[in-house]
Order: sequence, then structure tokens, then C-alpha cells
Amino acid sequence: MLSLKQRRSLNTLLMGVLAWGVALAIFFPIFWMLLTSFKTEIDAFATPPQLFFSPTLENYTLVNERSDYLHFAWNSVVVSFGSTIIGMMLAVPAAYSMAFFETKRTKGTLLWMLSTKMLPPVGVLVPIYLLFKDTGLLDTKTGLVIIYTLINLPIMIWMAYTYFKEIPKEVLEAARMDGSTLFQEIWRVLLPMSKGGLAATVLLSLILSWNEAFWSLNLTASEAAPLTALIASYSSPEGLFWAKLSAVSTLACAPILIFGWISQKQLVRGLSFGAVK
Amino acid sequence: MANLTIKNLKKSFGDIEILKGIDLEIKDNEFVVFVGPSGCGKSTLLRSIAGLEDVTSGHIMLDHKEITDLAPAKRDLAMVFQSYALYPHMSVRKNMSFALELAKENKEVISTKVSEAARILELEPLLERKPKELSGGQRQRVAIGRAIVRQPKVFLFDEPLSNLDAALRVQMRLELARLHHDLNATMIYVTHDQVEAMTLADKVVVLNQGRIEQVGTPLELYRNPANRFVAGFLGMPKMSFLPGNVTAIDASSVTVELTSGASVTLPAASEHLRKGSAVTVGVRPENIDVVEPSESSLTGYMDIAESLGSDTYCYVKTDGQETLTVRMPGNFACNYGDRIGLRLHVDECHLFDEQGNAVQKPSRMAA
Repeated sequence: MLSLKQRRSLNTLLMGVLAWGVALAIFFPIFWMLLTSFKTEIDAFATPPQLFFSPTLENYTLVNERSDYLHFAWNSVVVSFGSTIIGMMLAVPAAYSMAFFETKRTKGTLLWMLSTKMLPPVGVLVPIYLLFKDTGLLDTKTGLVIIYTLINLPIMIWMAYTYFKEIPKEVLEAARMDGSTLFQEIWRVLLPMSKGGLAATVLLSLILSWNEAFWSLNLTASEAAPLTALIASYSSPEGLFWAKLSAVSTLACAPILIFGWISQKQLVRGLSFGAVK
Repeated sequence: MANLTIKNLKKSFGDIEILKGIDLEIKDNEFVVFVGPSGCGKSTLLRSIAGLEDVTSGHIMLDHKEITDLAPAKRDLAMVFQSYALYPHMSVRKNMSFALELAKENKEVISTKVSEAARILELEPLLERKPKELSGGQRQRVAIGRAIVRQPKVFLFDEPLSNLDAALRVQMRLELARLHHDLNATMIYVTHDQVEAMTLADKVVVLNQGRIEQVGTPLELYRNPANRFVAGFLGMPKMSFLPGNVTAIDASSVTVELTSGASVTLPAASEHLRKGSAVTVGVRPENIDVVEPSESSLTGYMDIAESLGSDTYCYVKTDGQETLTVRMPGNFACNYGDRIGLRLHVDECHLFDEQGNAVQKPSRMAA
């Protein structure tokens, strides 16, 4: 028989192994992508796959020659930050009114907003494409900002609503009694009190917009194309170039990965806010 | 100056009417306590005065100026909440200065006012702390400090002591009474605790089911409750009620036969009472004596006795199966099941008619 202490440390060990296993399984594709990006095209194709090879930077050089990375990266930045900022400007007031001035229809409205996320996007591709064509929004950053804002808005409102719900109504009432205008009440009391959760909302919106591919592929050509479109352009009809595709993918993922790494503490705390108290 | 007038105030949430026409005058410097059971509308009334609830109809006037539809920020009232509602991201100093900053008050003035409030409330060593680093009592003092610095026309308190433990509640109650005396301010205070109402108030407003049952000084309400509800609500332990029927009436007294068969004759000016009318006799625990069974027609058995040291509360079951509470001295000795007689101080008893309204006493009619 194991003592309680031994059993506990065995438990910890098993959980540790499991956690590392899951983490590695999730991380492996990214690791392999990174590895492949430093291989030659021949090495990238090799069977069995090679773990040890002489690394080369030629893919990166080639990608840089063939396409203007900064152009695409800039589009990604503008579109994801633009849609996040506009989204937050809409989500905060919406969530505020739903959290603190609840009516009979609030729950229904929230569910309805979420239900729009259940529709397969391809179902509305044609109408939206035609709408964009008629309004001249095809292949514009403005168009992408609008569509990203709209697709992320339900999640942003839902998240902000959850965080606002945690805030006691009396504190806002106290601010009102103290003489705050509506704007002061939100800016000086509500936002500082929910900054952890709102930061998580911002981060999630940035990540979702940055990684979004369906609409960017269908609604942009070259002018407004973000990094996801750049990656797709490397799976070309004349054949797959794994190494180059990996290089461009690495370049596309890197900024958001680094960003996520820096902000992981905030993100984890924000996402688990309502769940664990 | 702060005179608050409320006229025919009504408030409904959906189909449910919470306030059913409130009329009330609150004078400058008065300490007014709204008291009543939960759900009676006392908090809603306070929040309507604050402007945190829209009213359905009626008027609220502060110094003859209509404020019924004014935003809370524009009413010049300060409120202390039950949950304290401090700003968790601000230090104690910031919490107290927030309102003055919003009012664009001069920095030095703010600093002086905050220091002054901190001195009164003994918060000086805590000024740089965040609310989460304070105890319940300290948080409550910050909440009060936040109200004081603004020098509002009226202070509103929404059950401010109910989150504190018993000892602290007594201490804060005294501090509030002292504060009212020192600040000379108009205060409106909501509580369900009748001890707070009795001890703090200049004027008690008893509310029940959205209506005012009675308004008066604590002792007026205690001695002359207008109806059974007020009589039963104020006083600890509660007044006992004995149902009965009127058997004889003359100009200044009424004789009532109780369920147990005993008769009592009470002084009463009984204009609308008839022989046979159903009435209720109300008697406070301190107005009953325990005597030998042979000395009284009202007899019963000792049920439970609670010894509090200074007093003993005896719960007695009469032969008519009514329960009576009797206050006896702390050294009173009795046993469960003892047969006893009870003598009521008839001059101090209250008589209520079938609708629960108090029947006037002749002496007070004359006065």
C-alpha cells in the first residue's frame, strides 16, 4: 500500500505527464511547421521524415522575394486591430445595458446573437459577396474590418456581458449617486473593475481576426489580403511546396504567437474568470 | 436646509405595485427611519428618493423643488449601501474624493475635506489602502466617509449595518447617532431591524405592503400603535394578542371575554364597537404580572422560559390556547408546566377592532 503522501505525489506525477503529453500533441504541428520551414524542398518531402538535417534560410529568402510580407502583415494588423477596436466600442455599451438594465428580452437577445455563430459562414457567402461587390467593399480593408467586427461581435458581447454580470450593481449606483455621467460611470468605474476580463475579450478578438481565413480568402484578392490569404497563395496549382508553405505560415503565425505568449497570463485569468471563483 | 416632501408616490414593477401611494414630510435635520418587513417597499422608497428607480407616478420635492425625474447625480443626495459598494480599484482616499473630483472641486479643498472626514471616522491610517484590505467595519466607515465629504442635502442609508456582526453593529449604531448629532444633517435610514429604528430615529415610518402604516416618534409608535401591525412589529419580544368578544360597553371602558373565558375590562372610547364585536387585546410583555392561579381569572401553564440574565422571558400557554409573552426579572424561577395566574395591566393594554385598527383610549381622546 502506498501512503497518502506517496499517492499524492504519484497523482501529481501522472497529471504532469498527461499535461505535458497534451501540450506536446497540441504544439507538435507548430513545431513541425517551424522545422519544415528550415528544410530544403527535397528534405521536406523525405520519407521517413527527417528530424536532423542541415537547416537553410533559402525558403525565407524566396518567400521574401516572391511576396511582400510586410504588405500582408500590415493588412492583418489593420484589420484585426480595427475590427477589435470597433467591436469593443459596440460590445461594451451593449453588454452594459444587457447586464445592468436587464429586460424580459435580454436572455433571448443574447441567445439569438450567439445563434448567428451556429450558421455555417458558407451559407451566406453568396449574399455577402454580392453585397460587398455592389457596395465596392470587395478587396478593401474596410470591408474586412466590417465583416470581422460582425462575426466577432456576438462573442465579444457575450464575454463582456459575463464579466459585467460579476460586478455588483451597487458600485455603479454609488458612482451615479456620486455624480458620474453615464460615460464617467463606464470609463472610471466599470472598465477599471472589469479590465482583466475585457483584456481577455480584446485578445480573443485579435486572435480570431488574425487567424480568420474563410472571409479573407473569399472577399480579398491582393490589395486588402491579410497573412492568411498569403499562406493560401502558396498552395498553388503547380504543386505543393511544403517548405515554402511552412516558411510563410511561420511568418504569419509568429506575431500572434508571440503576442499570445506575452499576454497568456491575462488571457488565462480572463477566460477562467467566471468559471473559477 | 433640506425639507423633503413626497406626494402620492407610486411605483410598479410590471404588474406588481410595490409602493401604493406614499405621502410623507421629512424636515430639515431629521433622522427618519423606514422600517418594515422584507418586501414592504422600504428600499424601493429610498431608491426612488435617490433617483435609482423611476417612479410610476407622484412627486418628490426637495426644498419645494421638484426632483422626481432628476438624475441621481443632480439631486445632491448621498447614499450608503448595504454592500458598501466601494470602488475596489481605488484607494480609500480616492473613494472619498471621487465625487468631489467629478464635481471639479479645487484640489486643496478636496484634500481638506477628505482629511476632515477621515479624522471624524478615524480612517486616517487607512487612507492609502484598497477596500479589499479593510475589515467590514472599516469599509462601512469609508462608505459613510464617501457620503460625508460631499456635504449632501440628505444622507440615505440602505440597511448599512446588516452586513456587520452583532457587536460591531451596536458600535456603528452609536457612531451613526453621534454623526447625526455632529453633522446636523437630514438622514433617511432603511432597516428591517426595529432596534435600529427605535434607537436612531427622530421619526419612524412603518411600512407594510407598499403603504405607510404609521409615522411618529419611536415612543409614540411604541405606546400608541395605530393598528395591530405596528403594535406587533415594534417591541422585542413582540406584543401578545388575545382574541375575544365584547360583552359590555360603557362610556369609558369595554369588557372583553377572551377565548379562555376570562374577562378583562379595558379603558376605551368605543364609538363603533357593539356588544358581540370581535376584538383583539394586545399586551406587551412588561405589562403582565405572574400571580397565583387563584388570584386571577386568566390562568395557564408555563411553557418555555428564556433567561437572559437581566430579564426572563416566559412564554405562557393560557387555558384558551393563546400564547403570551411575559417579561419577568432575571431571578424569576419557574418550571415547565407550572400552573400560574396572569394579571394584565389593563391601562397599558391595547384594544384592536376587527379590522386591526386601534380603539382609542378615553384619556387620550380628552387630551
